[in-house]
Amino acid sequence: MALLEIKQLNKRFGGLHAVNDVSFQVEPGQIKAVIGPNGAGKTTLFNMISGTFPPTSGSVTFQGRDLRGKKPYQVADLGMARTFQNIKMFNGMTALENVMVGRHVQSNAGFLSSMFRMPWTWKEERAIRDKSMELLALLGIEEHAHTDASSLAFGQQRAVELARALALEPTLLLLDEPAAGLNIYETAEVGRLITKIRDLGITVLLVEHDMSLVMDISDEIVVLCFGEKIAEDLPPAIQQNPEVIKIYLGEE
Amino acid sequence: MKKLLSVLPLLAVVIGVHLLTSATDTMYYLTQMTMSAYYSLLIIGLCVLMGYAGQISLGHAGFFAIGGYLSAALTTRSLVPYQDTALVNLLDSVGMILSGHDLYGEAMLVVSPWAACGIAVCTAALIAVIIGIPVLKLKGHYLAMATLGFGIIIYRVALALEYFGEADGISEVPPFPLLSGLTISGNFSDRIQNYYIAWGLLLIGMVLLLNLMDSRVGRALRGIHGSDEAAGAMGVNTSRFKLQTFVLSAVFAAIAGVCLTHYNGGIGPSEAGVMKSVRYVAIVAVGGMANLWGALLMGVVLNFLSLRGVFGSYDDAVFGLILILIMLFAPNGILSLNIRHRLKQLLRRGKQDREGEV
Repeated sequence: MALLEIKQLNKRFGGLHAVNDVSFQVEPGQIKAVIGPNGAGKTTLFNMISGTFPPTSGSVTFQGRDLRGKKPYQVADLGMARTFQNIKMFNGMTALENVMVGRHVQSNAGFLSSMFRMPWTWKEERAIRDKSMELLALLGIEEHAHTDASSLAFGQQRAVELARALALEPTLLLLDEPAAGLNIYETAEVGRLITKIRDLGITVLLVEHDMSLVMDISDEIVVLCFGEKIAEDLPPAIQQNPEVIKIYLGEE
Repeated sequence: MKKLLSVLPLLAVVIGVHLLTSATDTMYYLTQMTMSAYYSLLIIGLCVLMGYAGQISLGHAGFFAIGGYLSAALTTRSLVPYQDTALVNLLDSVGMILSGHDLYGEAMLVVSPWAACGIAVCTAALIAVIIGIPVLKLKGHYLAMATLGFGIIIYRVALALEYFGEADGISEVPPFPLLSGLTISGNFSDRIQNYYIAWGLLLIGMVLLLNLMDSRVGRALRGIHGSDEAAGAMGVNTSRFKLQTFVLSAVFAAIAGVCLTHYNGGIGPSEAGVMKSVRYVAIVAVGGMANLWGALLMGVVLNFLSLRGVFGSYDDAVFGLILILIMLFAPNGILSLNIRHRLKQLLRRGKQDREGEV
């Protein structure tokens, strides 16, 4: 069974048909990429999957569960984590604290038990901290754990954001343009990180328009253009696909 | 544990102030220090809502008034005319009714202070839920206006209802015996005791809120402030957390209202006024928004000065001015101004100018 199944998804914003009848599946354990030029509807597609706004029609099924009407926090609770194209750090919090917020769904302390610091929350708090440090170390940024996250370099912020998403222990990780704003070295580094994440057993669905990154790491690629799916194939086949070449390089 | 230790210096200051006033024969300052402590209890609650969860409220005097007025009315208004009703009988059977005699020797039945406090605080919490659910969907100045509207309603209700004493408010509110030997009252002989009760409550409130901020919930709240959308993507039920924080801060405000009303022996409509709400917001802003210690310090200092009448008839104007100045020059609070650093910079600039001339 597919981990994520997208069926005939549509989104209209007034007269604009941002996503037009898109269907595809994500199998467990793979890195799947959605590519397409700017304005192809990639982020809109992502926002529908993660529950930011509802589709006009069509369905998203995650682990056999229909996500219709689910809010983003409920989708996150089901095991789907995401990052944002324009990194949304929690300002005024350290890198470590940012990642610790990611442990939210994996912990329980509420208002009263936190205020009265009930003994059982001590252990939970320590576990949150340890796990978050572990993730920062995994992504190679543990030396910045106590730095204000918004003052880190852009590439480091990306890593913190990844660690934060991983802290949810998701089954599926959605990455919205993980290479946006990065130079080629940082992009290669992000590529390595994503492969590492897949090797941890986490399925990855990413949206990207950096072709080099996508071709290197993806197992399968979906190509969107003006809201429509025009191809879905393995990377080498996508590279040979005349329609994709036409979109990316222009007509000859 | 570390949080508990961080409050110890404050405890030392509290005791120090007491000893200082007793040594200099200025014990009358303790009265205003007691009142400032209660106002600060409201302010640290509002600080969590505004500074950490990022939700403004221009209606917190309303919650203070709900606490104060309900507890005052329940402990002063005689229930004799209703003594045969089921509700009064029920309250009586659980020991929540006190009987006595009024000034003229007439028989009186009133709700006991503890029960009245419970009812007042629960009512404030309930109203916070009812108001909060629709209103917290709003953001920024829309939320400010909606909470302002709530504050105005409470103010007008307090002014309009005979039960709440209309423009006169409620007086002759009895003392509130907390435990045997500990009583919130404005009696001269209880002044020192009340100073410590008020500061004890404030310290407990402070420890609870410091604990809260350094926890899963506190991180989620600061996350909401940083990015509502990202917090949601982390699995934080943002609307529920905002609502719970709103209710928590309303409870702090109501407890402050209850205690101060018993201490003052009465409450008047000015406590519910919009200017009071604006004042609380101004104090949280001066304290640095997301800074519980700043809110506490500014809450005590500014309320103390105001209660001592330092600002004279310009009291409200001073708080308005403070709000303007803070927004312009120190949006991160007055404690963020590194005065020594600034002075050094100024001096250095002056020196450079002079060197430039040579």
